[in-house]
Amino acid sequence: MAKPMVVVDDLHIVYRVYGAGGDRGTAATALLRIMGRKTRGNIREVHAIRGMSFVAYRGDAVGIIGRNGSGKSTLLRAIAGLLPPEQGNVYSTGEASLLGVNAALLEDLTGERNVILGCLAMGMTKQEARDKYQSIVDFSGVGEFIDLPMKTYSSGMGSRLRFAIAASKSHDVLLVDEALATGDAEFRVKSHARIEELRAEAGTVFLVAHNLEEVEATCNRVIWMERGQMVLQGEDVIGIIDKYIEASGGAPVARDPVTRERLGSTPRVHAKA
Amino acid sequence: MTDDKRSRRSRAADRASTREDGRLSAPGRLQQGEDVPVGDVLTAGLPAEPLAEYAAAHGLRPSAARPPVRSYLRQLWNRWSFIMAFATARNISMYTEAKLGQLWQVLTPLLNAGVYFLIFGLLLKVNRGVPNYLAFLVTGVFVFNFTQRAFISTSTVITSSLPLIRALQFPRAALPLAYVIIELQQMFLSMAVLVVIVLSTGEPITWYWLLTIPALLLQTIFNVGVGLFVARIGSQVNDFSQLLPFLLRTWMYVSGVLFSIAALDVRTHRWIVTLLEINPAALYITLIRNSLLLSQRQSTPGSKPYSARLCQEWRTLGHRVGAPKKYLLDSAHCHYYANPGHFWYFAVGWAVAAIIIGFFFFWRAEAKYGRG
Repeated sequence: MAKPMVVVDDLHIVYRVYGAGGDRGTAATALLRIMGRKTRGNIREVHAIRGMSFVAYRGDAVGIIGRNGSGKSTLLRAIAGLLPPEQGNVYSTGEASLLGVNAALLEDLTGERNVILGCLAMGMTKQEARDKYQSIVDFSGVGEFIDLPMKTYSSGMGSRLRFAIAASKSHDVLLVDEALATGDAEFRVKSHARIEELRAEAGTVFLVAHNLEEVEATCNRVIWMERGQMVLQGEDVIGIIDKYIEASGGAPVARDPVTRERLGSTPRVHAKA
Repeated sequence: MTDDKRSRRSRAADRASTREDGRLSAPGRLQQGEDVPVGDVLTAGLPAEPLAEYAAAHGLRPSAARPPVRSYLRQLWNRWSFIMAFATARNISMYTEAKLGQLWQVLTPLLNAGVYFLIFGLLLKVNRGVPNYLAFLVTGVFVFNFTQRAFISTSTVITSSLPLIRALQFPRAALPLAYVIIELQQMFLSMAVLVVIVLSTGEPITWYWLLTIPALLLQTIFNVGVGLFVARIGSQVNDFSQLLPFLLRTWMYVSGVLFSIAALDVRTHRWIVTLLEINPAALYITLIRNSLLLSQRQSTPGSKPYSARLCQEWRTLGHRVGAPKKYLLDSAHCHYYANPGHFWYFAVGWAVAAIIIGFFFFWRAEAKYGRG
């Protein structure tokens, strides 16, 4: 049996949001709140993950699908160890690296410095960082813009460079949060290939994407989340995605034979089709 | 797959997609299993034993746990080149938008000192009784600025580096540490400017100058300690950054940046003055002043045998505008508040206490910094 890499055990995550509604947010109401000993009257708790349990094994690529606000990104951040659980726990082997769409490293600095700093932050030595530098730049395809500050990059260029930096090292657990959404067609091909490699290097990849084709093309398992809970999960990638599309009111997609072959699903007749 | 299972699944799907009551959760309590779809599909593939035991059996550790102190320190040591590269890169990028560029690193402290000299030296004449007031003031401003800037920048380091923290795993203490090193690099430039000013006011170069090295080292250690401390506070209490400027301004006024604490004329509650003298900022300022400025060493109260007559002379004649240097140095014949011979012990004590308390305080919240 494959080695487990991530164990999520009855996980609950609660966000505490300050200044959410409650009063009109004026100085007078703030004073009244303090005077009236109504401590922290304007805190709102948002129960983002409500009891999830699953195990991901070595070599798994797990796709997480669900509507906006269903808790997908929260789940990734919890796996990465960035959010302390309210109840339950997340166990993982070694380091989990989260690659988010907003993970601009240091906006003011040039791409070049970002590459070096990113490598060093991941624990490489100076020499290793210098050795990897060229391959990272080549992979990102940023080209001559590498010596411009990262804030001048288009969102696509930025996310390509970030992915290239993070993917330059093999991670035990790599969490990809829509980071590939802004890439162009050529970059998608490259990043899929790299994710495959990372899986082969005994890693586990989690992928959050609204692009379901992306999930189908990359993942061997799917978790469908809704309102912080699991609706369906399993290795029947096509089946679960079809159910998800159905629940969202769309019609099932027709897939090319190659995808069906790869995912090992048999053609099915859908009720709404 | 049986028909029964399939219909159960789609029921779960329908339920999830059609419920629109709009509430995310009831605040204040955990809801468990409220609308978890029943069925073995969700638990398929889960091991039979409790998951916590299963994880432990396979050597998995809680993701959000902080590492033990020793391995944390080792990780931090391994990221040393990251810390240095980060500090240098930040330092360079700080002024890239300005036309004068890196020149501001020298101009900022110069302008600072100029403003204080104009107001407190020329307009208010607080300089009375202090020999070589210009050098005295500029040293104080630069040394205090080091601690002040370290305070301000580390108080926001976690929030301003959130993307980096969320993207990559590294010991978070590397960030406040890097920010203090940025300020240290800035301090080196300030020291170069300071040396020029000090020499131009007629102070001689002596072996005592070497004492600035241990003094700056201790101040840096102290700054790292408080930097770690305020980094955690700043990450958790948003009100802190509003309060900080007032705290720092008060601290500056009581730390003898603009006037000489040792030369205050206080008859009752002398212990308050003693406390002011051994507060860390005043202490590091005094140590560096005494290393660089001969006029300060010569005029330190208690450095010469007590003489009521000479002390009184300094209090009267020495405090006149344009008093001759002879009277200004006579403060050496007055009583001291805190024994200057103990200053180095206090300086070491503050540095050690700050770094130990700051480190543990910061480390204890290590798992929470990504939360933002």
